[in-house]
Amino acid sequence: MRVALFVTCVNDAVFPSTGVATVRLLERLGVEVDFPSAQTCCGQPQFNTGYRRETAPLVRRTVRAFEGYEHVVVPSGSCAAMVRHHYPSFGPRAAALGPRVRELTEFLVDVLGVTDVGAYFPHAVTYHPSCHGLRLLGLGDRPRRLLEAVRGLELRELPGAEECCGFGGTFAVKNPDVSAAMGADKVAHAVETGAGVLCGADNSCLLHVGGTASRLKAPLRTVHLAEVLASTEEEPWR
Amino acid sequence: MSGTFLGMPSFPRAAREAVRDERLRRNLRHATHTIRDKRARAVAELDDWAELREAGKRIKDRTLRHLDTYLLELEERVTAAGGTVHWAEDAAEANRIVTGLVRATGEREVVKVKSMATQEIELNEALEEAGIRAYETDLAELIVQLGEDRPSHILVPAIHRNRTEIRDIFRAEMGRWGRPAPDGLTDEPAELAEAARLHLREKFLRARVGISGANFMVAETGTLVVVESEGNGRMCLTLPETLISVVGIEKVVPTWRDLEVFLQTLPRSSTAERMNPYTSTWTGTADGDGPDAFHLVLLDNGRTRALADETGRQALRCIRCSACLNVCPVYERAGGHAYGSVYPGPIGAVLTPQLRGTTSEIDASLPYASSLCGACYEVCPVAIDIPEVLVRLREEVAGRGGKGHRLEKAAMKAAGWVLDHPGALAAGERIAGAAGRLLPERLPGPGARQWTDHRDLPDLPAEPFRDWWRKNRP
Repeated sequence: MRVALFVTCVNDAVFPSTGVATVRLLERLGVEVDFPSAQTCCGQPQFNTGYRRETAPLVRRTVRAFEGYEHVVVPSGSCAAMVRHHYPSFGPRAAALGPRVRELTEFLVDVLGVTDVGAYFPHAVTYHPSCHGLRLLGLGDRPRRLLEAVRGLELRELPGAEECCGFGGTFAVKNPDVSAAMGADKVAHAVETGAGVLCGADNSCLLHVGGTASRLKAPLRTVHLAEVLASTEEEPWR
Repeated sequence: MSGTFLGMPSFPRAAREAVRDERLRRNLRHATHTIRDKRARAVAELDDWAELREAGKRIKDRTLRHLDTYLLELEERVTAAGGTVHWAEDAAEANRIVTGLVRATGEREVVKVKSMATQEIELNEALEEAGIRAYETDLAELIVQLGEDRPSHILVPAIHRNRTEIRDIFRAEMGRWGRPAPDGLTDEPAELAEAARLHLREKFLRARVGISGANFMVAETGTLVVVESEGNGRMCLTLPETLISVVGIEKVVPTWRDLEVFLQTLPRSSTAERMNPYTSTWTGTADGDGPDAFHLVLLDNGRTRALADETGRQALRCIRCSACLNVCPVYERAGGHAYGSVYPGPIGAVLTPQLRGTTSEIDASLPYASSLCGACYEVCPVAIDIPEVLVRLREEVAGRGGKGHRLEKAAMKAAGWVLDHPGALAAGERIAGAAGRLLPERLPGPGARQWTDHRDLPDLPAEPFRDWWRKNRP
């Protein structure tokens, strides 16, 4: 099977390791990965901040970049939700991309039909289900099933897991005090579990939570789900 | 809506104070989490919740589509049943009508049922200017009124107060307006409730004019409906000689059968009860039973403008349950006062800018008072897609290019250009990677501050993903 990787702008620029992990994981599972280099950003930051006109060229670019691919895999629930839920309002051609876009855990569980991806990650981990994956995509227990099948991994319940971490795109800078308070609470809940690793499927949220944890000197590091799943005994991740 | 809330600072500035108020944060966290968990249990009891939610949404949408028809039907029925219907285009007109009606009775005081519409138009203040004292009789509204405070929640307006603060308010203020608090009043809930009961009873027995809102108006019979928990509403609706109800035009439903849906979804969503303790219904006037004069003031005050907005109009489905407030992480930390309106929380952030417009500082900042996490939409019993309306309102604010938004727009355009040119993007990523930090650090825009005020930035990677790909998967 051949898929296109939509790495997302945040992963491209700030978290390339998540992109590399996604490639390594998919290839390990026998999937051929393409990276259409015309891709940049799905346009969500512009769209959610109220700049619909400025979003349109990015929608057109993204749609063109992935035309011809049956499966487009995205290691971000938020960007997948943007394409699936908001692209239809940009016309039929944009709408047609929606059903072909799969958030990483959707692709693994629904398309490939696997939950045990042969990963090994010997750490106590707690999982934060980001809002757009949770509520807009309805990822449900897919991430949990994938994590539970990872050898060596001890999954710990995150209190208040379904509560937003406070990132929210430009919300983080437009309402910095509320955003920071939400982030600090998320960090406190994660620390409470005793797990040293907070795992998530959206690096934009992890950028905020990880940055907050670092500022608060909390004993917590954030790792994208793709990197946990890419990790094996032979090739451990970080 | 004006007066009290005029000149409110923007949401982020008001929220900053609230976030730092440890006691407020504790009160709000405890209260919202308690109601939130109870609501979840009450809703989970019904296996047809999704269908009820869909039905509520459709009934409201259909009614709003034919609002003119149902309002005229309602007017006809209310009039036939002995009531008088008044139409008020805005707050000033509604206040003028109500003040005139009270004056005509010769009374100088009125008792009030808890009502969002009368707070929206600031009726109490208008009555006071006319020398008429309005007594709030809902327990929480009484606390707010005695404390010369503002409500901070739709259902529990004194949610920001704990019981010790309430005891202190009762002790200090009750005596100024009537029966004082009993000696040695403690902060035991039962004692506080008894103090309120005694204080209010003399108001109920003396009042000759009652003022209410309504949760629903049934067009087919001209019947108004108030749902409540305490029974004070029933006193105000039945004891006075004159009853004046101020109701938003979106509160009409076509038939009694439609009520069946909302009388299930409203109590479970708001107080987490299967059924609310008191449901009062009245149709015009009846000889020897209840008030002998009934006036219905139908209030527009921005509602028809909201109705004209294809995306925004869904906010008019709202049945004021406040479930969205109780699940909102932003409301929990910012508190209700930061929203600068009687409608706080997520629903306020979409309702207020539609009712008042987005020209004032506070109103223009409300659409941004959300991380778009979607918890509000998930619990809404009439399926208002609040994030969708927020984004639509952001478009309105950003499109006007007001204070700070011009720079933001320029930045969005510049970012858009870079993102539309992958070559430039890759170059930018490499420069940022070499510099070890993100460019730019500061997002221009109203109130925006540096990311690093509250959080650290990760070390930037030596190369972007696209460079790794080119090297490793040629």
